Amino acid sequence: MESLELIGLISIIMAGATVGIGAPITALGEGWAVSRAMGALAQQPDAAPTISRTLFIGLAMIESSAIYCFVVSMILIFANPFWNHFASIAGAQ
Amino acid sequence: MNITPDAIIYGHIGPFAINATLVFTWLVMAILVLGSWAITRNLSTEASVSRGQLLLEIVLEGIRGQIREVIGTNPDRYLPFIGTLFLFIFISNVLSIVPGFHPPTGSLSTTSALALCVFVAVPIFGILSQGFRGYLKSYFQPSPLMMPFNLIGEITRTISLSIRLFGNMMSGTMIAAVALVIAPLFFPIIMNALGLLIGVIQAYIFSILALVFIASATRAHEEQAASTSNTTEETIHGKP
Repeated sequence: MESLELIGLISIIMAGATVGIGAPITALGEGWAVSRAMGALAQQPDAAPTISRTLFIGLAMIESSAIYCFVVSMILIFANPFWNHFASIAGAQ
Repeated sequence: MNITPDAIIYGHIGPFAINATLVFTWLVMAILVLGSWAITRNLSTEASVSRGQLLLEIVLEGIRGQIREVIGTNPDRYLPFIGTLFLFIFISNVLSIVPGFHPPTGSLSTTSALALCVFVAVPIFGILSQGFRGYLKSYFQPSPLMMPFNLIGEITRTISLSIRLFGNMMSGTMIAAVALVIAPLFFPIIMNALGLLIGVIQAYIFSILALVFIASATRAHEEQAASTSNTTEETIHGKP
């Protein structure tokens, strides 16, 4: 039973920490990219379609790292394989 | 709370479990096929056309314009593949505001299947445009040392393509469910509107990224052809 508690504790803490560390860093990167794109738009308004399309693609690329963090934390909470394994052992006893 | 519609099982046909992903994928496919069939049954080139034909023409012209902006040449070759991807993801993401509809793109199985289609389509388009040897040569660009990294990049971008769509759609339904628990009155509507926006953007992103991957596999050849034609022109005009 003790290992089950330990796994639950660490999983919850790490699920928070994954998003808590992954999301702000990604946000910094996205903010930087958007600010540079705004600067480019102000300098060359004619190139707006190209700049905004490239910006969208780049933002999606950057954002996927935050999405990975979210997926990992969701797996830790809702589909944790270690939790399921030890819970089935504890249930069998 | 389920993080994927794969876990919702409606019944069994033989050894196969009929889960929500399967049902709603077929529903989206039926909407697309039957809608297109009903509209394209009587097309007209007269001055007055039906509303459905106008809608389809606008959608088609929009997709063609986007493809032309990215690759810069005739979009008709890429239109069937990219357009199908976009329409399928778009319809299933937008229908997620319908109560009881579980978007099939919120399941990792569907998004992996779509990403695998892109993974297979990139070499096919590459070989079609620059030949088998030419396509294989593109792995050894810029130097043979980069070959392992090109191969790894081929695989990781497929994985990232599928996880990105899955994560975005899953987080949308997840946030709506959490919002329903903590503030059930008005807040979920805002999150649903945000989820709708994210769904449309992700459909756009997925198809544009697929197009960019395909274009990068086919473009090397065209740039080479353009540069050789430029040099021949220079030699013609350079020496009078």
